[in-house]
Amino acid sequence: MQRQVALIKQSLFDQGYLDEQFMELEELQDDANPNFVEEVATLYFKDSARLINNIDQALERGSFDFNRLDSYMHQFKGSSTSIGASKVKTECTMFREYCRAGNAEGCLRTFKQLKKEHATLRKKLEQYFQASKR
Amino acid sequence: MLNPGQGRGPDSGVVGGSSNSDPFPAGLRVLVVDDDPTCLMILERMLRTCLYRVTKCNRAEIALSLLRKNKNGFDIVISDVHMPDMDGFKLLEHVGLEMDLPVIMMSADDSKSVVLKGVTHGAVDYLIKPVRIEALKNIWQHVVRKKRYNEWNVSEHSGSVEESGGGGGERQQQRDDGDNNSSSANNEGSLRGSRKRKEEEVDEQGDDREDTSSLKKPRVVWSVELHQQFVAAVNQLGVDKAVPKKILEMMNVPGLTRENVASHLQKYRIYLRRLGGVSQHQGNMNHSFMTGQDPSFGPLSSLNGFDLQALAAAGQLPAQSLAQLQAAGLGRPPSLTKPGMVVSPLVDQRSIFSFENPKIRHGQMMNNGGNKQINLLHGVPTGMEPRQFAGGGGHMRVQQQQQQIANVRVGGQNVQSSGMMMPVGGGTAMLPSSLGQQQQVMLSSNVPRRSDLTEISSRVLPATTHSVFNNFPSELPRNSFPLASAPGISVSYQEEVNSSDAKAATVTSNAAFGNQSYNIYNDYPQQNNNRLNDWDLQNIGMVFNSHQDTTAAAAFSSSEAYSSSSTQRKRREVELPVVAGNVHNHQQQQQQQQQQIPSRSLSHMNQIYMNGGGSVRVKSERVAETVTCPPATTVFQEQYNEEDLMSALLKQEGVPLVDNEFDFDGYSIDNIPV
Repeated sequence: MQRQVALIKQSLFDQGYLDEQFMELEELQDDANPNFVEEVATLYFKDSARLINNIDQALERGSFDFNRLDSYMHQFKGSSTSIGASKVKTECTMFREYCRAGNAEGCLRTFKQLKKEHATLRKKLEQYFQASKR
Repeated sequence: MLNPGQGRGPDSGVVGGSSNSDPFPAGLRVLVVDDDPTCLMILERMLRTCLYRVTKCNRAEIALSLLRKNKNGFDIVISDVHMPDMDGFKLLEHVGLEMDLPVIMMSADDSKSVVLKGVTHGAVDYLIKPVRIEALKNIWQHVVRKKRYNEWNVSEHSGSVEESGGGGGERQQQRDDGDNNSSSANNEGSLRGSRKRKEEEVDEQGDDREDTSSLKKPRVVWSVELHQQFVAAVNQLGVDKAVPKKILEMMNVPGLTRENVASHLQKYRIYLRRLGGVSQHQGNMNHSFMTGQDPSFGPLSSLNGFDLQALAAAGQLPAQSLAQLQAAGLGRPPSLTKPGMVVSPLVDQRSIFSFENPKIRHGQMMNNGGNKQINLLHGVPTGMEPRQFAGGGGHMRVQQQQQQIANVRVGGQNVQSSGMMMPVGGGTAMLPSSLGQQQQVMLSSNVPRRSDLTEISSRVLPATTHSVFNNFPSELPRNSFPLASAPGISVSYQEEVNSSDAKAATVTSNAAFGNQSYNIYNDYPQQNNNRLNDWDLQNIGMVFNSHQDTTAAAAFSSSEAYSSSSTQRKRREVELPVVAGNVHNHQQQQQQQQQQIPSRSLSHMNQIYMNGGGSVRVKSERVAETVTCPPATTVFQEQYNEEDLMSALLKQEGVPLVDNEFDFDGYSIDNIPV
């Protein structure tokens, strides 16, 4: 199992889903806080789901308040960065660029991609944590 | 950095080395504020790993109330920049002013402008997310540094804080900046470096060696009342001659130590200096500007003399004031320690002004014919000592001011800003009561930084003018200010500034703005000092409002610590919503580059100023007041004591603002050097 865990983790890094920040988090985990990383990840996905929802609604409204969208995305990027969600972070950055350029279509496109990456990461991390527990 | 996968236990990686038997920095009480729960959790964990005592908070308001409730309950605050309920910079200002705690800002945003904003607002450090634990390990250095800075300045320069204190403070600040940079940028090295620095500091300053235990010294909170007592004492003694010992005796507050007073005095002086520096700066700028641009401006000194004399003749300006103003207007530049420094920022500003001036003159400006107003304005800033108002005294300490200005200027823009910032950033709760909110507002916008205030130039300016106005006796006629045009102009400037600000660093915008206000005066001489004051106030207020975050003005207003009088406080509270509204409007306008109601809202603000008369100090107050109710004049009038001029002006106001006349959106102030 350990090996499998290591493999999963390695692939997450290799494929760019996670970056060094995730490792930082792992280092914070110790005997006193054995599930720290999982707790953080859980919290992240919960909170980011809320943010994604907000953005979705804002985009659906069609008004494209870029400032507000940018602000939402800033938050999202902050937390994604903090847990080392590398691909998600990249999409966030792109989304914000589109916001700044006032490119509504770009925003929509990027956001779709972002959600995809987010969902993928979630699944993979779940796998990872599952494997770690065994 | 990849550690071999083991968790960080309590002993690993912590700054254990710095203290042997002394557990410090373990137990450092950190308050971390971030609306992002993920980040908050991670930070908490990291800080706990560093053996700090962590309190986390996801709302700035809650954080503030926590801090207020436990005055000495925390050593350092870490706050995110973007938070929904309150802007991180505003929180930063509050904390700096009210609690004088070091604040570290952090954000995923690493753009230079935001980092700069952190610096200018007085943050001791700026961390870019994702925050790494190494960066957190060193945060204790900021606590130590701050203590040392306060102690050092207090003990070494109890009597004459101005030069040495200011200089020392600045040096220290610069060093702090260096430390900050290194700690953020170079985690590993900085830990060693900071330790070394700490040791060096210890060696260098043999006096009050700061034991880590000294860090736990109870912090004196300079409440409004206390500060007022302090200012009164200082005024009585004379700013130049005020020494902590005497001030302490005069204040007669049990439990207050000479050191407390000394450090507060230090900050106060720096604050005044900044104010003075701004006015000085403006004076110089105007001068050069005028000669270059508009013959009608004339030399500053001559203007000052003219105005002063006129004022004096009118019986409005007390002889003493006149003399002071004249002195200020005429001779001060040479007294500046580093005139060269002052000049440089002016250059750019000047260019801005020239840019602006043509617009202003455009016909909007007040019709009154006097050069007096303009001159007066020039003279006033230099001569006025904002502090004067606080004490309600009419005497102006031109020299003092100038000196202060000079000192402030010396440091270059930094100095200037530091002057302004001091009160805010340095946690000096010293805002002179007279300065009121205006300064506060300014502070908030500027977020005085103890160490480095590049932005200040523009901000400071408004303040100085503001204070200057305060000095004017209430007898000044309050009527007939060609406010109509003035407000418009002010407004336009602000708008312009704001837009440019949005584009460029706030500093430049502010600078431009400040300059603009002066120009306005030049262009359109006001009938009396009051008018100038008015404009000044307007400009100042506008500047602040526009520049600062929406909440900034409101925040400042709300902080009662700095209100000199209860009325002012009340006004402030009332104004807050208004101010916020205005500011908001203004800002929005800027962003959208639409002047939907810019002039109107601005004019409201302007008018408020005018009418507000009461407390010059509270710029935000004024603004708010105007917006809410033009008839606020009555309210303000009572506050007269200090801002006589302002009150008069404000009362006079009531002139509808000129709308849309000054649309400076097109102007770019980007070239203003920071």
